[in-house]
Amino acid sequence: MISDSPILRVRDYTKHFELYEQGKRIPSAQSVDLDVFVGRLTALTGATGAGKSTVLKGIYRTYLPTAGRLLYRDRHGREIDLACADEHRVLALRRTEIGFVTQFLRCLPRQATENVVAQPLIQRGVDWHDALDKARELLTAMDLPERLWGISPATFSGGEKQRVNLARGLIAKPRLLLLDEPTASLDPATAERVIELLTTLKREGVGMLAVFHQPYLVERLAEHLVELPSPSWNERPLEEIA
Amino acid sequence: MDKVLSVEALSKRYGKGCQHCFALTGPAFDTNICPECGSVVAAHEVSFDLHQGEILGIMGESGSGKSTAVKCLYFDQIPTGGRAVFNDQGESFSLFELNAAQQRRLASRCFGMVYQNPHLGLNFDISAGGNIAERLLMARVDNYADIRRRATSLLERTEVMSERMDELPRNFSGGMQQRVQIAKALAINPPLLLLDEVTTGLDLSVQAAILDLILEIQQQSRTSMIVVTHDLGVIRLLADRTLVMKHGRVVETGLTDQILEDPQHAYTQRLVASAL
Ligand SMILES: Nc1ncnc2c1ncn2[C@@H]1O[C@H](COP(=O)(O)OP(=O)(O)OP(=O)(O)O)[C@@H](O)[C@H]1O
Ligand SMILES: Nc1ncnc2c1ncn2[C@@H]1O[C@H](COP(=O)(O)OP(=O)(O)OP(=O)(O)O)[C@@H](O)[C@H]1O
Ligand SMILES: [Mg+2]
Ligand SMILES: [Mg+2]
Ligand SMILES: [Zn+2]
Repeated sequence: MISDSPILRVRDYTKHFELYEQGKRIPSAQSVDLDVFVGRLTALTGATGAGKSTVLKGIYRTYLPTAGRLLYRDRHGREIDLACADEHRVLALRRTEIGFVTQFLRCLPRQATENVVAQPLIQRGVDWHDALDKARELLTAMDLPERLWGISPATFSGGEKQRVNLARGLIAKPRLLLLDEPTASLDPATAERVIELLTTLKREGVGMLAVFHQPYLVERLAEHLVELPSPSWNERPLEEIA
Repeated sequence: MDKVLSVEALSKRYGKGCQHCFALTGPAFDTNICPECGSVVAAHEVSFDLHQGEILGIMGESGSGKSTAVKCLYFDQIPTGGRAVFNDQGESFSLFELNAAQQRRLASRCFGMVYQNPHLGLNFDISAGGNIAERLLMARVDNYADIRRRATSLLERTEVMSERMDELPRNFSGGMQQRVQIAKALAINPPLLLLDEVTTGLDLSVQAAILDLILEIQQQSRTSMIVVTHDLGVIRLLADRTLVMKHGRVVETGLTDQILEDPQHAYTQRLVASAL
C-alpha cells in the first residue's frame, strides 16, 4: 500500500541540551524539516555531530524537543505531535507502530537470542510459538548461525549483535521504522541480506527514516534525502542565553 | 490501557510538624528536615499514575523518600496527606480512606510487596514454605495440598531449591531471602507489585535471575509494578517510565530512556553522570 501523504512530518525541529553542571547549552539540531512516506525511505545525511541521531531520538521521544513539531499519522489516520504526546501514548506507539534500530543491542543478561528477537511480537500479544517461528525465520535470513540462537547475545561480536538487533527491530513490522546506522559493523554479504529485507519491508508499506554510514546504502535504498547542515559548535554558557 | 493506580499529592512527615515544614524543605533547601521543628518531610506532593502492565521506576539518592512512598501505598505508614486510588476489576478503592481492616483485606488480596529489608517481609521464625503458606491463607486458600503445591512451584520459579522449603529463612543468604520474599509477594498473583531495592546487594548472576523473573511476570500476568532502586541499570532494564525523587519531592518524571539520556533537571543530570 503506497500513498503520497506522509506518515511523519517533522517541522522546525530544534534540540539544545542544557547541561547545568557545566553551565553549557549544546545546540544539537536546528530547524529540521523532513517527511517520511509509506513504503519509502528518507535518508538523513550530514557530518558527524550534525544532529542525525538527535533527530531520530527526538521522534522516538528519547530526547525532549526544544522546539518544533513531530507530526505522526497513526494507523487510524489521527495525527499526533510526538513532541508533546502523553507518555503512555508514546509507549503504546513504540509497542505497536514505531520501531527504532540502533547500533547497540540492549537486552536482559540471560535471555536467549531467539527470545530477544521474538520479544516485540510477544509484547503485541502474538502467540509465543508463532513469535519464535518468525524470530528463527529472520535469524536465518540474517545468516546468524543456529548454534547461537539459544544463548544470550550478551557475549556476541559486534556484527552478530547488530544482526540480532535488526531482526528484533524488523520482526513486528512497525509502520514507521527509525534506523541509526544499523549496518555499521556488518560484512558485505550480510549487509546485502539487510538491504533485501529492508526492500521487502518497504514494499510492504513500512515508512523509514534512516542514517547510513555508507553512501551506497543511501543510493540503493533511499527515495528521499535530507541533509543536515554542519554543526556550528557554538556552545554558549547557559547564562548568556537565559 | 487501564489506570491501576493514581497517586495524588502524597505527603509523609515524620515528627510533630509545624506550619513551616513543607515550605522550608525540599531540593531548593537541600534538606528534608524542617529547620523550625526538626521533623522529617520524607515525601511531599508525590503524584503519579500507573497503568496496567506498566513498570514505574522510582529512583533517587538515599533518604529521598522512595521507600516511604511505597510503604504508604502498602499501608505500612500512614500518610500525612494526599490521595491514592486503586482500581481492580471495575472496583475502585480510595486507599487512605479505608479503615485498617479494609486495608489489610485489600493488601492481602491485591498487593505484593518486596521490602528492602527482608526482615520486614519475612517471618524468620517460620519456614520459607510457611511464609508463603501464611500469605495464601490470608487470601483464603486453605487446602493443605494446594498450598504445598503452590509454594513449591513459586519457590521453583524464583529458583529457590524446593528441598530447602522447610528451612528457616534466617539461615538463607541475602539473595535467597530476597527470592523467598518475591515468591511470597507473587503467591496470590497480585495485580500490583511493589518492589523496593529487590536486587540491591545481590551478586550479579542473582540480580540477572531476578530481573528476568520480574519481566517474565510482567509479560505473563500483565502485573503492574513499582520498582524502587538507586541502580540506574535496573531502572533502564525494567521501567517504562521513571520518577526521580530528591528530599521527598519528585524533581522529574518521564519515559525511562528520556530520563537517562536527556535528563531535564540538574539533579538528575548529576545522578546519571555519576553512574556512568
Ligand atoms: N544526550 C546528549 N547530551 C548532550 N549532548 C548531546 C546528546 N546527544 C547528542 N548531543 C550533542 O548533539 C550534537 C549532535 O549529536 P548527534 O549524535 O545527533 O550527531 P550525529 O549527526 O548523529 O553524529 P554521528 O554521525 O557522529 O553519529 C553533538 O554535539 C552531540 O555531542
Ligand atoms: N520511621 C521513620 N521515622 C523517622 N524518619 C524516618 C522514618 N522512616 C524514614 N525516615 C526518614 O525519611 C526519609 C526518607 O526515608 P526513606 O526510607 O523513604 O528513603 P529512601 O529513599 O528509601 O532511601 P534509601 O535509598 O536509603 O532506601 C529519610 O530522611 C529517613 O531518615
Ligand atoms: Mg549519530
Ligand atoms: Mg529505601
Ligand atoms: Zn516543621
